[in-house]
Amino acid sequence: MTNETQSASPKPTPSGANTVAAPDGPRIVSRRWLLFKAAIALNGLVGLVLTVPVLRYLLAPWKKDASFNSWTSLGPVDAFPIGETRLARYVNPSQNPWDGQTDDIACYVRRESGSQFKVFAINCAHLGCPVRWFPQSQLFMCPCHGGVYYADGSRASGPPERGLFTYSWQIVSGELQIDAGQMPTLSNSAKLVTISTGPGDCRCQG
Amino acid sequence: MPGMNHSPRGQGLVREGPGTAARVYAWFERRLQLEGSVKEAALHPVPRNTASWWYVFGSAAFTLLFLQIFTGILLALVYVPSAGEAWNSLNILNHQIPLGWFLRAMHGWGSNFMVAIVLIHMAQVFLFGAYKFPRELTWILGVFLLLMTLGMAFTGQVLRFDQDAYWGLGIGASIVSRIPFIGGGLVHLLLGGPIIAGATLSRFFALHVFVIPGTMLLFAFLHVWMVLKLGVNDWPMPGRMVRRATYMEEYHHLTHTDGIPFIPGAFWKDLVFSGAILASVAVCAVVFGPFGPSGQPDPSIIQTVPKPDFFFLWIYTILSYLPPQMETPFLLIVPLSAIAILLALPFFAGEGEKSWHRRPVAVLMVSTIAVSWGVLTQQGTTTPWSPHMNAWSGDPLPENRIHDATPLVRQGAVVLQAKQCRNCHSIGGSGGERGPTLDAVATRLTVDQLRFKVVTGGGNMPAYGKNLSPSEIEALVSFLETLHPANEPPAYDASRHTVDASQPANSTAPASNAPPSPGTNP
Repeated sequence: MTNETQSASPKPTPSGANTVAAPDGPRIVSRRWLLFKAAIALNGLVGLVLTVPVLRYLLAPWKKDASFNSWTSLGPVDAFPIGETRLARYVNPSQNPWDGQTDDIACYVRRESGSQFKVFAINCAHLGCPVRWFPQSQLFMCPCHGGVYYADGSRASGPPERGLFTYSWQIVSGELQIDAGQMPTLSNSAKLVTISTGPGDCRCQG
Repeated sequence: MPGMNHSPRGQGLVREGPGTAARVYAWFERRLQLEGSVKEAALHPVPRNTASWWYVFGSAAFTLLFLQIFTGILLALVYVPSAGEAWNSLNILNHQIPLGWFLRAMHGWGSNFMVAIVLIHMAQVFLFGAYKFPRELTWILGVFLLLMTLGMAFTGQVLRFDQDAYWGLGIGASIVSRIPFIGGGLVHLLLGGPIIAGATLSRFFALHVFVIPGTMLLFAFLHVWMVLKLGVNDWPMPGRMVRRATYMEEYHHLTHTDGIPFIPGAFWKDLVFSGAILASVAVCAVVFGPFGPSGQPDPSIIQTVPKPDFFFLWIYTILSYLPPQMETPFLLIVPLSAIAILLALPFFAGEGEKSWHRRPVAVLMVSTIAVSWGVLTQQGTTTPWSPHMNAWSGDPLPENRIHDATPLVRQGAVVLQAKQCRNCHSIGGSGGERGPTLDAVATRLTVDQLRFKVVTGGGNMPAYGKNLSPSEIEALVSFLETLHPANEPPAYDASRHTVDASQPANSTAPASNAPPSPGTNP
């Protein structure tokens, strides 16, 4: 179909190339092809070499979990009453000036006794939505798909397959610190809560 | 061009050779040499019966792509792709830049229309057998164009950097994290770091503005190029089989015996439909306005109910209804298999019958998928599985439920409200739909069953055993026991007669001898 193009422009003698370059003997042609292939190979090599820094650059965020985490303070221990669960906030340890409010991360602190804590991630173990704490019923509920967790973080009902993600914690000079730095997901070192059937849950229900 | 007749320095008076316009045209044409190709494309014969309203969706999708590029560039003049400033710049677009809201609305509605038109186009092409020889590659590029359209929709939702965008990214990261072995690294690549932050928005901006649209333009041009070169798919006739050996000749014969030039014969309908679609986008933009932004992208504000945009609601629904242990396999296997099947389709069905009259499986598949998609989307808009987070404090109990109630029953009603039962259970039409409505719960469960259910939970209900005191449980159960229609008695356990009767004298008399107690169930 393309050969039938009726161009209005003067014909540029499409077959002219062959007639002008008549002296192209087979040897000359093969030399040109050799040079052409060598040029392709050169570009291929340069491209390959350039791929390395590009890949290194693109894969820069692909790091081990430990490289993101550091101990972050949640404030004085006394801010958390014994036996209660409180929403706490911290600023993510790795940050950029243009992050805006996205570095302000929330978590739940449950002080089980004077020196025993549990710090839960805000993210539901199902799909990461922010769970809400209801002190009256002592439950965490997720607004997305209705995942529910008990006060100790274990799974109560709904689609999550496990309990809430927890942070490691320590107390340093009267301050509660957590090992924070990355969004907890099923694939990183977000510490596992023992998956239990939960208090009061009964298998005989069926 | 015709308007350029006034020639300088009186040259027009001679009027011998071609006019100025013609000369300008010739000047350009000598250099561009486009006329031949354009004429060929415009006038190539197409089968007469393809000049149909069924064939207008592809060109409409193409038009919408350009509308999106155009409005997108206009928005990029103001939008700031920074996690700290994006939300503010969207609000300035909405409220301070004259008609900024309108352009945001055009872009948002253009996106909705584009997804819809691309899907309709695909269904039409599938039902008309247009993916068969020799148009296999056109179909394959089309599959990638669909994926990129969806990719643009998702990345676009992220650029509207609000609460939904933030938690939508969280959902995306949670899904990616389920990929075995490399999930963790992929999450970091997706987010550009350990958390959703500035780096995340920057890379989604690059994807939405450069990477995907650039690839899309290239693919869309190749797609259209092949439509022009291979010809518009002939109207499928039952019994007219596609065979690789003979199809090209048959098609050539068809276009030359019963064909019309593409322009204007077929193209006027494309033009009308594209114009109508553009007008519809504009009307929706004016009437319904722009999408969001909703709340600030501040993850420490947890009073939010994240929800994906319209075209991803079906996934949101599936993730609610699947059994938990099925979710990861589903997420990892189904999308990839679906894409693989779509890509492989022209290779295992590249010949044969085109007409939907002779392809019942194809029709059944399209209608099943369409109906499922519709139902899942409808469910996604109402989200009956989500607890109503404020129902316990906001939704009142119907007055007749506590009127004339004993103090114990009233106490039970208070427990029901205060312990967030209403977040999942509705009474009198208000409250969550996660669990069954409690309006007639007493007719379904006996007192013992109610108590057991409250204490141990089960199914989708958490166990309240540790969170309620025995007196609260008693009060709650006595309230629940009153929840039955006036003309329908509460359920009762027939064996209770015997048990209740035996209780006053259970140590001495056998149960069969005791008289039935008058106070219990009728």
